[in-house]
Amino acid sequence: MAVDRRKFLKSGALAGGALITSPWVFSTGAQAAGEIKVGVLFSLTGGLSIVEKSLHDATMMAISEINAAGGVKGMKISAIAEDGASDPKTYNEKASKLVIQDRVPTVFGSYTSASRKAVLPVFEKRNNLYFYPTYYEGFECSKNVVYTGAVPNQQLSNFIPWIIKTLGKKKFFIVGSNYIYPREMAKVSKILIEKNGGEWIADEYLELGHSEWGSMVNKIKSSGCDVVLSNVVGDSVIAFYREYKNQGLTHDKLPICATVTSEIEIAAMGAEYAVGSFTSFPYFQAIDTDRNKAFIERYRKFVKDPKAVTHHALESSYFQVFLWKQAVEKAAEISPAAIREAVKGQEFDAPNGHVKIEAENLHTYLTPRIAQWLPDGQGKIIDAYKEPVMPLPYVAYGETPTNLFCTGKGLDAAKLKT
Amino acid sequence: MLEVLFIGLSLGSILLLVALGLAITYGAMGVINMAHGEMVMVGAYVTVLSGLWFGTDIFIAIPLAFIVTALLGLLIERVVVRKLYGRLLDTLLATWGIAILIQQAVRLEFGLSFLGIHIQGLGPGLQNVSVPDILQGTFRFAGADINRYRAFIILVTAMLAIATWFVIYRTVAGTQVRAIIRNPKMAAACGIDVTRVNALTFAFGSGLAGVAGVMMSGFKTVFPDMGTSMVVDGFLVVVMGGVGSLLGSVLSAGILGEINGLVAAATNDILARAVVFGVVIAIIVLKPKGLFALKGR
Repeated sequence: MAVDRRKFLKSGALAGGALITSPWVFSTGAQAAGEIKVGVLFSLTGGLSIVEKSLHDATMMAISEINAAGGVKGMKISAIAEDGASDPKTYNEKASKLVIQDRVPTVFGSYTSASRKAVLPVFEKRNNLYFYPTYYEGFECSKNVVYTGAVPNQQLSNFIPWIIKTLGKKKFFIVGSNYIYPREMAKVSKILIEKNGGEWIADEYLELGHSEWGSMVNKIKSSGCDVVLSNVVGDSVIAFYREYKNQGLTHDKLPICATVTSEIEIAAMGAEYAVGSFTSFPYFQAIDTDRNKAFIERYRKFVKDPKAVTHHALESSYFQVFLWKQAVEKAAEISPAAIREAVKGQEFDAPNGHVKIEAENLHTYLTPRIAQWLPDGQGKIIDAYKEPVMPLPYVAYGETPTNLFCTGKGLDAAKLKT
Repeated sequence: MLEVLFIGLSLGSILLLVALGLAITYGAMGVINMAHGEMVMVGAYVTVLSGLWFGTDIFIAIPLAFIVTALLGLLIERVVVRKLYGRLLDTLLATWGIAILIQQAVRLEFGLSFLGIHIQGLGPGLQNVSVPDILQGTFRFAGADINRYRAFIILVTAMLAIATWFVIYRTVAGTQVRAIIRNPKMAAACGIDVTRVNALTFAFGSGLAGVAGVMMSGFKTVFPDMGTSMVVDGFLVVVMGGVGSLLGSVLSAGILGEINGLVAAATNDILARAVVFGVVIAIIVLKPKGLFALKGR
């Protein structure tokens, strides 16, 4: 009887030990099969699938290219693709599934900030790793996310001074969709506009997904501004540019300078509505390098669409997988924590140029560029930085390269208040 | 100021464009047709597809879209709605399901995308319609720049409203429809073929939605979800105007459009939308039957 009880206690302790160590078991489990599992989480259905499908495709293409070249550390990458269904709640559920059930050491995913915020608790609680490819508003400092899209200072710090000095436009009408990204972008814009001797005369918003621009465009017309800074997102973009032209405004007199309008939106609205307007992004399909041309060709072949367009978030979706691969090769073991440590400072020659992960805030050095849209729906790059710019997610609150708010230790909240 | 009023008028005409068909299917037949927005979407896709395949412009698309969506409406009435007359909430659920089916049919290219076949102009992506030069830009009128396309929408909406009024109030079929609105059983007892008239009315309402879709395609984005938000605005207009009253729908669309335009010009679009909803709530509270309710027994 006594022996039985002792035996019972012993096995119980063993089982308990196994439970505690279980988070580390998966890494060896994944290796044993000669393959390494990763999660790929984008919306394949719903309203956002238009863009997110292309991010999914770019990720899968990078994975298949790495596998074709021999994989990572001799292991094939096995992608577990899930559908976020354009719904943050679904994103959260699928992220939990990937992290807890499939035990992947990394997930690539998300387009909107809403979906990223929805999965964030999963990755922070389980200390897992998320690679996020989209340009976003900054104001986030998670040690469980690697951000490979642009932050406001990489889209605006070149754009606003350029508008004021090169275009000679000084009166800004800021317009956006009504949610966090355009509002944070507006905040950064205002700081930069005032610093460069311009002024902003209005800061207006339309509800996300709404496409009735009549009143707004009329207001722009009568406001006396000489340039429009647009942070409008999604299908509203198309209706906005169309209404703009239909009310008789032209981009040569009153140009729209946009931070979100990419090749995808231009193709959807019909290029004639955007001719002459400007966009700031680190990547354009029109980047004239052999590496980018080869990338576009491979992408078109991969999705079997000879007319497919490439854009900034798509390109980031692609190159971030390679940054991840290099990190895995450097890491001692295949665990989220080890990969995160190894990804710091990783560099890669992406289609847009040289990129590097900043060791402190896990954001990416990117090269700001400005393009003017041509009648064929492509951007003509008319201004570009010579080298990549350091990512500063808290630039709206006074962050500078010498005074980082977000470091490897996390966010310094004291600096945020001052 | 004239420009602000014009935009209000234009907003009103867009509301009415969507609401006209609803005024008939919901107002006259008592069917909460949640698939109405999808009829608008189908009309927009007819414009996209006819432009891509036959190179025709937006003017040809108007009768074409009317025919396609009217036939689709007829099919829906025959297969589903017919069995649900008098069961208001059931029509809501059933047509909501139909709406999802239609959306997915467009998104999945009628299921062909599973087989790797792609139809240009369908699928989940954004589509665009090229607008003829004559409808682009502005013209001067009484010292204001008037948007040509919006003026065109106002014109088409006015013509459709007059045509609808004529059909309902000046034809034999219209008289039968009005008789059915008042009392379907009595109408049937008087020898009106209620099922047939209902089917045709539903088809007519759907056809109007199709024409609305053609007009929308010229300045809004065409994609499978585009109709979902429009149907809500359509119901606002019909409910505020008074169920079953064509004149009520016309007036309430005009009032809501102008309120939206004026508030948006004075403050901003987000507040304008809130004010519009506030006005509708106030009217429903004060006059539960809407502005122009039919006096029935």
